[in-house]
Amino acid sequence: MNLSKTLKNGFLILITCLVLTACATKKNTESMGQLQGDVYTGSDSVEYLASGVPDRVFFATNEIVLTTASRETLRKQAGWLRKNSDINVVLEGHADERGTREYNLALGERRANSAKDYLMTYGISSDRISVLSYGKEKPVDSGSNPLSWSKNRRSVTVKAN
Amino acid sequence: MLFRYLFILLVLFPIKVFALIEIDITRGNLNPLPVAVSPLAIDKNSKNNFKKILKKEDLGSEISIIVENNLKQSGLFNPLNKDAFLQEPDIANLKPRFEDWNLIKAQALVTGKVTFVDEKLRVEFRLWDVLAGKEMMALAFTTVPSNWRRVGHIITDKVYERLTGEKGYFDTRIIYISEEGPKTNRIKKLAIMDQDGFNNKFLTLGNELVLTPRFSPTNQMVTYLSYFRNLPRVYLLDIETGMQEVVGDFPGMTFAPRFSPDGKKIIMSFAKDGNSDIYTMDLENRIVERISNHPSIDTSPSYSPDGKYITFNSDRSGYQQIYVMKSNGKNVKRISFGNGLYGTPVWSPRGDLIAFTKLHKGKFYIGVMRTDGTGERLLTENFYQEAPSWSPNGRVLIFYRETKTNSKGEGFSAKLWSIDLTGYNEKMIKTETDASDPSWSSLLSN
Repeated sequence: MNLSKTLKNGFLILITCLVLTACATKKNTESMGQLQGDVYTGSDSVEYLASGVPDRVFFATNEIVLTTASRETLRKQAGWLRKNSDINVVLEGHADERGTREYNLALGERRANSAKDYLMTYGISSDRISVLSYGKEKPVDSGSNPLSWSKNRRSVTVKAN
Repeated sequence: MLFRYLFILLVLFPIKVFALIEIDITRGNLNPLPVAVSPLAIDKNSKNNFKKILKKEDLGSEISIIVENNLKQSGLFNPLNKDAFLQEPDIANLKPRFEDWNLIKAQALVTGKVTFVDEKLRVEFRLWDVLAGKEMMALAFTTVPSNWRRVGHIITDKVYERLTGEKGYFDTRIIYISEEGPKTNRIKKLAIMDQDGFNNKFLTLGNELVLTPRFSPTNQMVTYLSYFRNLPRVYLLDIETGMQEVVGDFPGMTFAPRFSPDGKKIIMSFAKDGNSDIYTMDLENRIVERISNHPSIDTSPSYSPDGKYITFNSDRSGYQQIYVMKSNGKNVKRISFGNGLYGTPVWSPRGDLIAFTKLHKGKFYIGVMRTDGTGERLLTENFYQEAPSWSPNGRVLIFYRETKTNSKGEGFSAKLWSIDLTGYNEKMIKTETDASDPSWSSLLSN
């Protein structure tokens, strides 16, 4: 039972790797590169806190891990926050529509905290950052497809004052 | 234990135990029972008085339509067309001519009379077994005229109970979230209506986002999530007085509230620093207790009807799954082991089943399983649906369903649906606006 389960999980991971690689190759040749894995990498809906400082980061399905690109964005936000020490922010965490409402509220809170933790590693005081989850209640894209969902899985940094 | 034994008996011998005519409720709507609901008789004076007060031309007829509609919606009955009725309502109520009713294939007959007495509405009704030529039940009661729709629901409950051997669910209300506007900017209001969609009333104005309302066991209070001042917190609302208060003083988001079966506690999730755990607050002494303590997301808690256990969903295994624990948080046990993700567990009022939402291969299912996780049965599959809530007799589930939008992101809708525990009789419930997050009340009468 346990062994077969382990094998099954291993197999799943293998498949995921294959799929990811497959997508990566396909994307480079075919699409405009708006998705990496299933994390949104495009610029639709992205706004700027200041020149060159994007306001949001995106997540994979059911994930809270920050991608390399997300960490880059948050580093820029941290720099901007250091320069503007009078500004406080709210991190608004969101989920896509493919999950139950209550779980997604928790997931949005986790995503926003994931971004908050990273800002704090750059010396931004937790007093300046509050967190607010909207779950799946405020999508930016009303589509019912993987690209729309990827834009909705996000944490958005919003000026609080 | 005794209850379970009785229930089994009922399933096995439905016909012999309870009545002359009897419906096998476990089979769904395969063979709905033909029933004639005669218009309730009404004298001229009463008719005129009710017309003045309620603006209804013939109250006796209106009430019989409510009964008819309820019976039809249950999927267990087939109310016959009134055009075929041969006997006048007043005479039928005194002495039905069973040959006539037999001729139109009615197996059961409902007759009755409404009268205006001392500014009140007096109703009597009878249930007849047409084949046996016998009266099965006779009841009378008096209420204020404005309760006339409830009269229809109470009659249905009595008829349903007499013919199925189980309590009805018609004199009940649904609290839900009314939705309007584009998907990216929905206006959501707390709303309440009768189980059949009538008497709809909005309880909030739509100024702030509100979600997941649930009734207290006595139906006077509602607990729900409100984003008032952009602080998502669990609130308590008294439906009669309109008084509202925040539940507890938590330094962060509280959500997913439900009442304990005795109505004394609210159980909910509290999220802090990326971790959601389950808490209770005692409504009398305001004492807050932490029930679960795990770095994963623990949410959507629901008590067993005896209050001894709690079911909830958690992603501690890596994915969202259903768990059961003692009400003190001990003995946590995972019960969902099928393929896919499982959420929104809710304990049946009978205590024997847990209803849930399942996500598997891009589809959403409403299903039920026994409380130890065995016997999983999926009742309905769709693009998106979730959040089942039980009818008070544990026979029917209400939930909401959202449609897929087209390539331009248009065509979104959210509607309430109900389905019988058997998987039969799936029906959309008409609402004035789009609707989600339904919660079924207990029986308002008795």
